[in-house]
Amino acid sequence: MTAAQGKQNDLNEVMVELRNVNKWYGDFHVLKNISFKVEKGERIIICGPSGCGKSTLIRCMNRLEEHQEGDIIVSGITLDDDLKHIDTIRRDIGMVFQQFNLFPHLTVMENCCLAPIWVQKKPRKEAEAIAMQYLERVQIADQAQKFPGQLSGGQQQRVAIARSLCMNPSIMLFDEPTSALDPEMIKEVLDVMIDLAHEGMTMLCVTHEMGFAKTVANRVMFMDAGEIIEENEPNEFFDNPQSDRTRLFLSQIL
Amino acid sequence: MPLLITSPSPSLPPPSSTVGVVGWLRENLFSSTINTILTLVGMYLLYSLVPPVINWALFQADWVGTTKDACTSDGACWVFVGVRLNQFLFGFYPESEYWRVVVAFSLIGILVAWLLIDRTPKKGLVGAFTIFCYPIIAYYLFYGGAFGLQVVETFKWGGLMLTLILATTGMFFSFPIGIILALGRRSSMPIAKSMSVIFIEFWRGVPLITVLFMSSVMLPMFIPENMQIDKLLRAMIGIIFFQSAYMAEVVRGGLQAIPRGQLEAAESLGLSYWKTMFFIILPQALKLVIPGIVNTFIALFKDTTLVLIIGLFDLLAVVQAAFADPKWLGFSVEGYVFVASVYWVSCFSMSRYSLHLEKKLHTGHAR
Ligand SMILES: Nc1ncnc2c1ncn2[C@@H]1O[C@H](COP(=O)(O)OP(=O)(O)OP(=O)(O)O)[C@@H](O)[C@H]1O
Ligand SMILES: [Mg+2]
Repeated sequence: MTAAQGKQNDLNEVMVELRNVNKWYGDFHVLKNISFKVEKGERIIICGPSGCGKSTLIRCMNRLEEHQEGDIIVSGITLDDDLKHIDTIRRDIGMVFQQFNLFPHLTVMENCCLAPIWVQKKPRKEAEAIAMQYLERVQIADQAQKFPGQLSGGQQQRVAIARSLCMNPSIMLFDEPTSALDPEMIKEVLDVMIDLAHEGMTMLCVTHEMGFAKTVANRVMFMDAGEIIEENEPNEFFDNPQSDRTRLFLSQIL
Repeated sequence: MPLLITSPSPSLPPPSSTVGVVGWLRENLFSSTINTILTLVGMYLLYSLVPPVINWALFQADWVGTTKDACTSDGACWVFVGVRLNQFLFGFYPESEYWRVVVAFSLIGILVAWLLIDRTPKKGLVGAFTIFCYPIIAYYLFYGGAFGLQVVETFKWGGLMLTLILATTGMFFSFPIGIILALGRRSSMPIAKSMSVIFIEFWRGVPLITVLFMSSVMLPMFIPENMQIDKLLRAMIGIIFFQSAYMAEVVRGGLQAIPRGQLEAAESLGLSYWKTMFFIILPQALKLVIPGIVNTFIALFKDTTLVLIIGLFDLLAVVQAAFADPKWLGFSVEGYVFVASVYWVSCFSMSRYSLHLEKKLHTGHAR
């Protein structure tokens, strides 16, 4: 990463780059010629109707799904079948899921420490100190010894965010982090994400939370049927959508 | 008219007819005519069965003595079991060496208790000792041949000792092998997958009796004279493979119940396949299938009696052999009751422990 790339683009470092990415599930063409770049510190919102391939797209970036054509380059490393590359990239990308996916048999603290200890080989003491720091940041430090099953949905999602942050990632992926939550819990999770954005984290976020998008996003991408149809900065995107499909979609969610 | 409640209503105690002994009786035993009739019939059956059995087994039984003549009353003759107890416990193991068996079993008893009881320190160390050192110690204690211990050939092993050895080695090895097979069967690597499937389906498809016959009758015909392995060892391997196949399917059931998101979360944190399995998937999957695992263990424990058909003298076989003693004819009921109680106590303890474990590992409502 790389002076060469730096010169080509702006002065900013490119964190994620997709070049003509195509993916099929059997015969079903789910991602069609996707290309874009994400620079360091950028916050990208991805939205679109259900089933258009948003989850698939961001899951390709850390190889939870495999793409068949095109290149995905994360932090300068090209995703291919090399397990070492996949490992390196996964350490550098944090991911937050719609269903939280906390480990129910481990306490909040253990959830946060597991990967730092066993992947980054940090001493337990240090890992716990770091975990505590992030748990404090998501305001859940007092629940550290509880099991996920004893927490509310919003608390669980904040723990999930802290767990990802403990690996000190340079990119965070969010796949509809608030859509499994009751309305009164959405805000507490979005607040954490807004904080994160203000600290300069590079974020790719699948969400339909308009207010959040307007507050933090640099760009909004609209997907339909596996393609990126429209891309714009948030106010323009919401107030002045260009394509009919975007307009139809926005009229449905607003 | 609009409704507005300004102060909360007080909590009242439940109506008296639903609490206490009377409430319980009414609700559970006499809630309807049919229920009442069933209760009365059940009580009559208990009344006519339980006291005679207890009388026979305890109050009218003969406990002390050395010969058949000591048994004069109508009840059970436990003298028979008492006189033969050494043989029931140790088979034909030389009497002067009994202490070795006692030491070996006491040691594993202490180690297992250490691991099972909550709040004992250094569980990891003790566990590692149990897994890696104990089998070697036990081998030399039982078989001998080193440290000045005389060799006791396996055909002299028998009774409860043999039953326990077969059962514990069976559990000890079938558990990890079963886990590996279950992981193999769900693996995406075609070779690992097909080998696991073939192994599991083969061993599940044949009855244990056939396995034991094959190991004791067929196998020696194909193996050259000088490479013959011990009959007990062959039976053990047969039992282990057979039970591993069952264990594998039990564990696979647990693996399938774990949501895909768990695997994805672990992967996205950068955990490798084995670490994901070890820290995330297996602990949850095994916890789910504790009843199935214990079920398999109990079945294994009882299935060890089948070795009597290939001429190994486990507890049941030793007791049955004692029936043929002309000095003690006619005491088979006592013998069978004794064997049944030993099995029942062992299996019931396993079942209770599994319940305790399930409760202990319960970490709040799973989402
Ligand atoms: N493993 C799979 N096998 C086959 N088809 C799949 C698979 N996963 C997803 N799909 C299909 O691919 C399409 C895109 O799925 P994806 O989950 O990416 O949609 P999405 O945009 O995230 O939708 P949502 O908003 O509902 O989460 C859907 O039509 C879905 O049915
Ligand atoms: Mg989705």
